[in-house]
Amino acid sequence: MLAMLAIHGLTQSFLSPDGRRNTVVDVPAFSLGAGEQLALRGESGSGKTTFLHLIAGILAADSGSIHVEGIDMVSLSEPKRDRLRAEKIGYIFQTFNLLQGHTVLENVLLGMSFGPGADRSRARAVLERLGLGERLYHFPRQLSTGQQQRVAVARALANRPKLVLADEPTGNLDRRNATESLALIRETCREVGAALLLVSHDENALAQFSQVKNFADINAAQQGAGT
Amino acid sequence: MTILLIVYRSLRQHALSTVVTACSLALAAGLLMTVWVVKTQSQRTFTQTTAGFDAVLGARSAKLQLVLNAIFHLEASPGNLAWADYEQIKQHPAVKTAIPIAVGDNFRGWRIVGTVPELFSDVEYNPGRKYTLAAGGRFFETGKHEAVVGSFVAQQLGWKVGATFHPFHGIAFDEQHEHEEQYEVVGILEPTNSPADRVIWTPLEGVQTMTGHNPAAATEVSAVLIQLRSPTAGFMLDMMYNKQGNRLTFAYPVGAIVGELFAKIGWFDRVLALVAYLVALVAAGSVLASIYASMSARRRDLAILRALGAHRRTVFGAVVTEAAVIGALGAAGGFVVYCGLMVVVSNVIRVQTGVVLERVAWHDVLWICPLAMVGLAALSGMVPAAKAYRIPVAETLAPAS
Repeated sequence: MLAMLAIHGLTQSFLSPDGRRNTVVDVPAFSLGAGEQLALRGESGSGKTTFLHLIAGILAADSGSIHVEGIDMVSLSEPKRDRLRAEKIGYIFQTFNLLQGHTVLENVLLGMSFGPGADRSRARAVLERLGLGERLYHFPRQLSTGQQQRVAVARALANRPKLVLADEPTGNLDRRNATESLALIRETCREVGAALLLVSHDENALAQFSQVKNFADINAAQQGAGT
Repeated sequence: MTILLIVYRSLRQHALSTVVTACSLALAAGLLMTVWVVKTQSQRTFTQTTAGFDAVLGARSAKLQLVLNAIFHLEASPGNLAWADYEQIKQHPAVKTAIPIAVGDNFRGWRIVGTVPELFSDVEYNPGRKYTLAAGGRFFETGKHEAVVGSFVAQQLGWKVGATFHPFHGIAFDEQHEHEEQYEVVGILEPTNSPADRVIWTPLEGVQTMTGHNPAAATEVSAVLIQLRSPTAGFMLDMMYNKQGNRLTFAYPVGAIVGELFAKIGWFDRVLALVAYLVALVAAGSVLASIYASMSARRRDLAILRALGAHRRTVFGAVVTEAAVIGALGAAGGFVVYCGLMVVVSNVIRVQTGVVLERVAWHDVLWICPLAMVGLAALSGMVPAAKAYRIPVAETLAPAS
């Protein structure tokens, strides 16, 4: 299977307040095939979010390589990383990160506009597919938590990304909503042919995946810390 | 399109501060445009207001006082000159027309000016324009207690042909000093947009011989309005009256002398302009402060945009564009403020001087100022835009927990 995501020797460290440099991410090798769905189990503070930020190009890695569909994210300039993220990667945040001043439809359109371009009919279709056809002109504050999360999913998938990164996507949902929501994310990813990498510490969420890995097993930095 | 949507939504989200900031910019733009337009228009209009005359001859005094009194019907008369002086200049070969005037009376503050019928029959107050009367009126007859009234006075006093009045002594209204003579309005002048609109015109001898006036003044006039045959004649008469003589003043050329007034009050223009500049500066500061203050609230939104793939330059551009749009709103509002101020200012000038400014006249400041406002606002927006440019995305998007 062609690796959609291939990581080699990836490290990221931060300067702590006492002046020491703490390595948070140290992933010697990691890969994810096209259309593959994998969940990473990890506790809060284990560096999962940083790992996803590095893959998405939101953070610049200290060293190593991150190939997304064959393109090395690490060697790209920041504007090119932004472009690659907008075109190839869908990101679902734990707190959804919807733009509160924009309608549901605008949230999705804005997400598309930085990539291949805003496509109104596509945005509407995705939102309708996720059961939000009646809420296109609502603002996020007018939606339930579950609906807000579906908007975040629609925004992540509207561009037909090759890779979807989901950071604790069920963290703010009750159990029933979490189960439904996760099923929806997985199903929609399958529909658009996107690979899915989910990080979570929620065992119920992890239980829905056939492939689950411990983040500590791939992150050498955590192995040393013993978490 | 994307930037415009971001800007539009941000302005909507911060509607109150947007409106307040745009209003302060509108005030600044309106003030600046009004100051410039009034300054240049009034200077041009006043220096062109000569009532059709090239010069004024009067008692020894400052030329400006003489012109203000005889042409603009403002200020006190500097004194009288003898009828013989009028006869002398009238006969001078360089003089085309000489019209004597006598002042010293008023009706409820409106100045009464005695003159001769030739003012209306021979003089063009503007090139190609002579005084004309509204329907039903005629010019006064010499020796009779008749008056022709300027259009603005007639409008203010509600006078029609046939109205009668008793003049009051002096140029300032004092109820105690009413003259016995009764005058009848026989004609109302069509508007001239000149100081003549604010004057009650009567026969010269009527003012000279009014009861209570000094009998000696019966053979004197307040000033003589002069049309010359050629410009060089003006310099010759200037030499004759001002340099060789010491009894009379020959104010020539009228426009240049009025120009001196503007030179004297130039400091006032500069103060007004300075105030307007300061208001513009404060308004620009308010754009900066308003957007900068909202940056904390918008930090997350901007980080989300960046996470969705927006470049740093996109968020920078969005913030600068937002500031520029506020500047444009302010500039548009500035035109409303400008129109309102122009109506007020031009009315005040008309009431005080009879000179009418054009309210819709074009001036370069009308495009320079709005453009400068937009530029200034955009420049102010660069400070918060730089902050937006530097937003650390990962740190800002980290969940609060």
